[in-house]
Amino acid sequence: MPDIVLEAKGLHKKFRKGELYTSLRDLVPALARRAVKGGLDKSEFWALKDVNFQVERGEAFGIIGHNGAGKSTLLKHLCGILVPTSGELVVKGRLSALIEVGAGFHPDLTGRDNIYLNGTILGMSRAEIRTKFDAIVEFSGLEGFLDTPVKRYSSGMYARLGFAVAAHVEPDVLVVDEVLSVGDFVFQRKSVEKMRQVMKGGTTVVFVSHNLRAVADLCKRGMLLDHGTVSAIGPVTEVVKTYMERGTEGADKDPTKDVYISRVGLRDEAGAEAVQFDAGQRMITEVEVTARRATERLAVVIECRDEEMYEVFNTSTQRLGAETVSLAAGEKFTARIALRVHLAPGTYHFGVYVYRYDIQKNYDTLTPAKTFYVRSQIDVRGVAHLEPEVLGQDKSSG
Amino acid sequence: MFRLLSRHRDLLYMLSRRDVTVKYKQSIMGLLWAILMPLLITSAGVVVKIAMAQISGKHVVLHDVLPVAVKAAPWAFFVASLRFSTQSLSNNYNLVTKIAFPRAVFPLSSVASQLFDFAIAATVITLIIAFSGATATLQLLWVPVLLLVLIAQVVGLALLLSSANLFFRDVKYLVEVVLTFAIFFTPVFYSVMDHAVARVGDIGSRGKILLLNPVAPILEGLDAVIVDGRAPDAFWTAYSAGWAIVLLLVTPAIFLRLEPKFAESV
Repeated sequence: MPDIVLEAKGLHKKFRKGELYTSLRDLVPALARRAVKGGLDKSEFWALKDVNFQVERGEAFGIIGHNGAGKSTLLKHLCGILVPTSGELVVKGRLSALIEVGAGFHPDLTGRDNIYLNGTILGMSRAEIRTKFDAIVEFSGLEGFLDTPVKRYSSGMYARLGFAVAAHVEPDVLVVDEVLSVGDFVFQRKSVEKMRQVMKGGTTVVFVSHNLRAVADLCKRGMLLDHGTVSAIGPVTEVVKTYMERGTEGADKDPTKDVYISRVGLRDEAGAEAVQFDAGQRMITEVEVTARRATERLAVVIECRDEEMYEVFNTSTQRLGAETVSLAAGEKFTARIALRVHLAPGTYHFGVYVYRYDIQKNYDTLTPAKTFYVRSQIDVRGVAHLEPEVLGQDKSSG
Repeated sequence: MFRLLSRHRDLLYMLSRRDVTVKYKQSIMGLLWAILMPLLITSAGVVVKIAMAQISGKHVVLHDVLPVAVKAAPWAFFVASLRFSTQSLSNNYNLVTKIAFPRAVFPLSSVASQLFDFAIAATVITLIIAFSGATATLQLLWVPVLLLVLIAQVVGLALLLSSANLFFRDVKYLVEVVLTFAIFFTPVFYSVMDHAVARVGDIGSRGKILLLNPVAPILEGLDAVIVDGRAPDAFWTAYSAGWAIVLLLVTPAIFLRLEPKFAESV
């Protein structure tokens, strides 16, 4: 009989789009209008639809999915911040979330005060913090800055202090969301170590991230969310594979956007859709942009990120000297940019933005839009493929 | 609700401490902050009294001013607590949407941090009264009772107003306006009770209707106990306490009902 510590049974969450009356001034006329017309038409949508899963004690469970797939909404339910419209969520023991590090930090208070403040917000007692204080400080590596107000901290230091406190809460279930992407590199290492250590100690971990490798590394089982429904659940490697194969074909249905990215494609030189490329091969990227309303002077920005979501490449049609495009309502255009894949073997994410430079407006973002793999005949590591060749290793004396 | 809160009393303490520390940390005035409001109210009261004395052809003596000083600090506490707690949930929005714990800690810690100010102001007032040569009577035992009623009312209103402001963002403006003019409808500068020694600015029993304001009997009670050394009016004190009890029974229930919706209603 498996020991289930976290279970979702038929979880549904309905959100209301559009106008919410946030002032009495608006409410009073609205009520009058409703009384006359009888019932306002509200566009509701399901942020979560029939989500079911179980997590066993000591298990590391990964949740992946695109932006807007419902990951954050699900996490907020796990933490008890949101209440489901229907369905049930059972949590056994203390659950703590690393949703945002440094929550509740007050800029005018010192690092020391903020450790206590943040710690109690995360559910620790003051006595508990007092006993863990030295460990927290040591973990953060900020011994010399304890009496400095955190407003003078760099964003890295801020994140480190926040994570250090969060890492010492010692819950039964730990929920981690994206926090590993903050802070400097050394600290990220430390954080991953801490997570592994926590997991070895028998803590159940629910991990939500865009960083597929981190999810695959840390978790055994996973779940793929797509538009609020569970579209795959099982061993993490299979879930990650499903996610990568799926891509994001015209995923955008947000009607408030004037312009949206309707399709993204990666093709090889022969013109066939591809997810695997050889280092040095030519790749044709295609970005289709559709306008709901007339818009002017659009440029398409493309980027490549490595597995850890670090940007390795970025350019745009305008920066490459191409004309900007103006669209009438309902019109679309496809930007095709050829790249040469001088990348070291590995997994990369391709992202797209629609941008207007003169007013610096970002109309739509899709990143990662596609994931592709690069393979190489020769053994190189890192990010760039500099096409090395050994020309000689001549010995000479003296 | 109160059981839930006792489990999070450390959080309550830290949040109150945060509000107090942040307020006093970077201000030149430091602890003077706490007595600034009562001092201003008292000075305003003195001016009002002088104006009233001119009309009625009397002179203002210490005995006329003392009641204003006594009432100023609790009134300042009432006003500041409501003003501060009304915005406590909306100002801590990033926490409300990200971390789960009883949301009531926000309005309550706001009240608690104002209570700290009140304690300082009350100490100063006590010293002033002691030096002015007032005699202490057993009636002073009423003071903690009356203050408890006041705090209970403030807590109830704080819970109600803070959640209302989250759903309707103009509640805070409404509260501002009401609190600004409330001093005219509350016996701070004047008095509606009869006193042993008649004072400048007594409205007398014609103004009894103003005692319907639940804060009024408390202020008048403190006046009677501290300045006159008499017991507070039994009926009106009970009336005020009744308000406190009703508020404490009703508002936590409303607050708990609304709490699940807080995170969704930006």
